[in-house]
Amino acid sequence: MKKIAFTLLMLLTTLNIFAQENNVEMADAMRSDGKIYVVVAVILIILFGLLFYLFALDRRLKMLEKKSSAKN
Amino acid sequence: MSKNWWKILGAVLVIYTTVAGLLLGVPHLNILNETIRNLYFHVPMWFAMIVLFSISVFYSIKSLSSKSEIDDLRAVESINVGIVFGVLGLVTGAVWAKFTWGQYWSFDPKQNFAAISILLYFAYLVLRNAIDEEQKRAKISAIYNIFAFPMMVVLLFVLPRLQSSLHPGNGGNPGFNSYDLDSRMRAVFYPACLGWIIIGYWIYTIRFRIRSIENKQL
Repeated sequence: MKKIAFTLLMLLTTLNIFAQENNVEMADAMRSDGKIYVVVAVILIILFGLLFYLFALDRRLKMLEKKSSAKN
Repeated sequence: MSKNWWKILGAVLVIYTTVAGLLLGVPHLNILNETIRNLYFHVPMWFAMIVLFSISVFYSIKSLSSKSEIDDLRAVESINVGIVFGVLGLVTGAVWAKFTWGQYWSFDPKQNFAAISILLYFAYLVLRNAIDEEQKRAKISAIYNIFAFPMMVVLLFVLPRLQSSLHPGNGGNPGFNSYDLDSRMRAVFYPACLGWIIIGYWIYTIRFRIRSIENKQL
């Protein structure tokens, strides 16, 4: 009886070790709290702003090109 | 509008990969943890840089045979934009290294050779500014560029693999090949590369158009 109990105890401790190996730390808490969406929103605002700016620059350059080709 | 479809495609791809890159599932790996997501942002910088430098070397070869100033200007401007992407790649890599390797700059072969390849292109710009005569400048800098390009490829893809580097994908370190099996990451990584390459090409066309207007007015 003692031997079987000991074996079971050993098995349980090794199972615990196996479980720990898969326990890689990820930002799951941040995801479940929903705060990651704040970060996504902030980055999206920056990205939208920069891309819009790039489109605006492109448009302005096109007008300049038209003016420049009309002059020459 | 129809001529600008690729600019919209680039913008949509970059926005999609930013959202999906932050929210979609990734493999759980030790040491890397969530920084595995840097694959979607740091690596496309290098791809964009390499594409821009390839465009540059194409126009350098072309300018040697055509002797046209336009080809020379295209070669310079694509290097100007490529350097910006390269510096962004170096800086994002250094920040990542601080939190995974412990130091911003640990003189890892991959870091050193990447820095040297950026310096090669700084030297290109210095060389250009040192020559006043335009045709001579176009010819010498085109030849320099043709030699710098294979050097950059060797520095980034060959030499770091011959030494032990900590960079993911080198030696036994988990890298692109092991993530490649993960289709979730592939669905974000490839569009991210394409998107940033398009954005880089777009900025290059803007710079080239400004340069050619300036050139006309002189």
